[in-house]
Amino acid sequence: MSDAVLSIVDLRLSRGSQAVLRDVDLEVRRGERIALMGLSGGGKTTVLRAVCALDPFQSGTIIVDGFGLKAGPVPRESQLRELRRRVGMVFQFHHLFAHLSVIENVSLAQVHVHRIARREADAKSKSWLESLGVGARSGARPSELSGGEAQRVAIARALATDPPLLLMDEPTASLDPARRGELAATLVSLTSAGRTLLVATHDVAFALSLATRVVVLADGCVVEDGPSGDVLARPSHPATRALLQGERSAGL
Amino acid sequence: MTRHRGGSPLLSARLLVLLLSADVFALCASASPVPGGANGQPAGSPPAAARPVLRWGGDSEGGAPFVEADPANPAVLRGFDVEVAALIAEGLGRTPQFVQVAWASIDASVRRGDFDIGMSGVEDTPARRTQLVVTIPYFQFGEVLTVRRADRGKYRSLADLGGRRVGTLGGTQAYELLLDAARSHAVVAVSYDDDVHPYTDLANGRLDAVLLDNIIAARAERRTAGLFTEPSAVAAGRYVVVLAPGQEALRDLIDAILLAAMRDGRLERIYRTWEIWDDSQAAFLRAAGTRAPSTGGGETAEPTGPLAATLRYLPAVLRAAVISIVLSCLSMALAVFVGVLVASGRLYGNRWLRLLLTAYVEVTRGTPVLLQLFVIYYGMSSVIRLPAFVAAWIGLGLNYAAYESEIYRSALLAVPVGQLEAARTLGLTESQILRLIRGPQAFRLALAPMTNDFVALLKDSSLVSVITVIELTKQTQIFAANIGSWVVPGALCAALYLAMSLPLSRLARRLEKAWNVPQS
Repeated sequence: MSDAVLSIVDLRLSRGSQAVLRDVDLEVRRGERIALMGLSGGGKTTVLRAVCALDPFQSGTIIVDGFGLKAGPVPRESQLRELRRRVGMVFQFHHLFAHLSVIENVSLAQVHVHRIARREADAKSKSWLESLGVGARSGARPSELSGGEAQRVAIARALATDPPLLLMDEPTASLDPARRGELAATLVSLTSAGRTLLVATHDVAFALSLATRVVVLADGCVVEDGPSGDVLARPSHPATRALLQGERSAGL
Repeated sequence: MTRHRGGSPLLSARLLVLLLSADVFALCASASPVPGGANGQPAGSPPAAARPVLRWGGDSEGGAPFVEADPANPAVLRGFDVEVAALIAEGLGRTPQFVQVAWASIDASVRRGDFDIGMSGVEDTPARRTQLVVTIPYFQFGEVLTVRRADRGKYRSLADLGGRRVGTLGGTQAYELLLDAARSHAVVAVSYDDDVHPYTDLANGRLDAVLLDNIIAARAERRTAGLFTEPSAVAAGRYVVVLAPGQEALRDLIDAILLAAMRDGRLERIYRTWEIWDDSQAAFLRAAGTRAPSTGGGETAEPTGPLAATLRYLPAVLRAAVISIVLSCLSMALAVFVGVLVASGRLYGNRWLRLLLTAYVEVTRGTPVLLQLFVIYYGMSSVIRLPAFVAAWIGLGLNYAAYESEIYRSALLAVPVGQLEAARTLGLTESQILRLIRGPQAFRLALAPMTNDFVALLKDSSLVSVITVIELTKQTQIFAANIGSWVVPGALCAALYLAMSLPLSRLARRLEKAWNVPQS
């Protein structure tokens, strides 16, 4: 329990009368790279959104590196400062700030949340962008970036404040297969510094090349949980089989 | 002149004068018992259908005793001008037919042929004599000073009113007298669009005196308590009938009819009926009745070319243009400031605040800005007496704030939720998100509709003349009324509005480009 970065216990979340997460239990240890898998509508994104306090949940608890989130309405941002330091999030559609340049996107939280001097923040942003291969795009506007570039900028933005836990939602959605392997390699190198990754994806090949552990969600419950090789080689749940089936029929 | 919002200002102004002057019932009450009203209903009873019609234009907003709707039967007109018109029609063997026209537009309207003759307190001025065909005067009035009773005897002439605020109806001989006094005695001339509010403003202390026709002053004294009219007139003026150029023959006939009526006492009877007969009137009619009808028409006119007139009015017009642009800029700044607060409150506030702000927006958008200006300037004057410019600034600013707030609200809602969530996960506070992410993007989206509104505001600023602020349109009207033509003043006015609005549109486009707002 002591090295758990994220601990989710009995998480139940509904939207209206629709139960999205029925009973999710998940413990993530420091340095793990977890692929959160499942078919569309299985609740992957919802788990990530609950962890970064974007959606309220009805019961259960979420503890991020010692910071606890309780059931009920989402607390005000002023009460979530400790959570925000601990969790970074990369959205499926990146959601870069359209009116700011790439480097301004990455420096924003450093300057306005962590009160780092602008010049220092920009230097740090620049090195993040360079390590992610988009250093040359610092001055560009988000609308001028390709999907892959936007993805990398979004990662840099989430990592710029150095959160121990990074959440990513469908990071391969805007990438062609060649780029997916490249991204997986980048993400593996990022975790060598003791960072923990929780990535929602339904891309089996990407999960295999990235994750140390695979968790499969179906109908709002965790149905499989284990080392990625085991789960994906010997699927025990129909949802996992359907996932692999879908991948094969898609030509992989 | 069509305006972006608010419909016909003159029509609504009249409605508002009625709505807002609590003395309106007293006015009707004092006017209704006038004897002989039932006898002289010329427009109501057409004698013979076969007779040709004499269309005469006047403004029933002028009210009693000029032209007014009969309180007992609003379809029937009454007033001494109505009876003089009937007398003229009778003399011509025609049936009088009334055409309603805004008082300030009588000249322009008769010139374009809306009616045969124009009358209802139309003053005999040199400009009129050069532009139109004018009859002999049929009535003489005095320009008299009305003051608060406490100031009785203190201001007997315009020279006594140096540095004081003196109000009158714009576009009149009295206003010209005040402008002269402004130059010679530093009197502060204040122009109104109607002849009721100068007196209420006098009573509540916004003015120190009102200069207007003695008939109007007497009516105001009956209506508003605490006023006193100095008995000796500052100047004399005369009412005439105006006709379109080329109507000299008809004018000569009318002159003859009026002369005959002066001699045989028919005019005197009309004036006695309306209680506007006095010794000076008697002397005037006696003198006029013995004179031969005027022939040339333009003998008293001073020759003024359009260039000379333009040069004379140019400083005033430019000054008015400065007032328009300064007022518009200040009002827009207020509108933007309040609009941002209202929009933010409607998106972030609690239920009660949202309800309150929604009510503000709906009421402000749903009622004419003219009404709001009236309420702020006149309606609230018993509580707080705002200077006219401040009232205009607040009125326009708060009115436009309602529109701006809707623009900002929709622009704020148009900023993708995903970006706001991304900002939250980065640890920004709600106010930082509004300030750094949502606001700046919304502002870019709002820029085009805002520019649009600013241009509309620039033109709507002309409405503030109803609360005595002389801005570009009003000054143009004064200019046009005095030279008797709209051509040069209209062109100058349009050019100045364009000169103010075009650079603004260009600036907005440049900003949009700089900010990378997607161009359509």
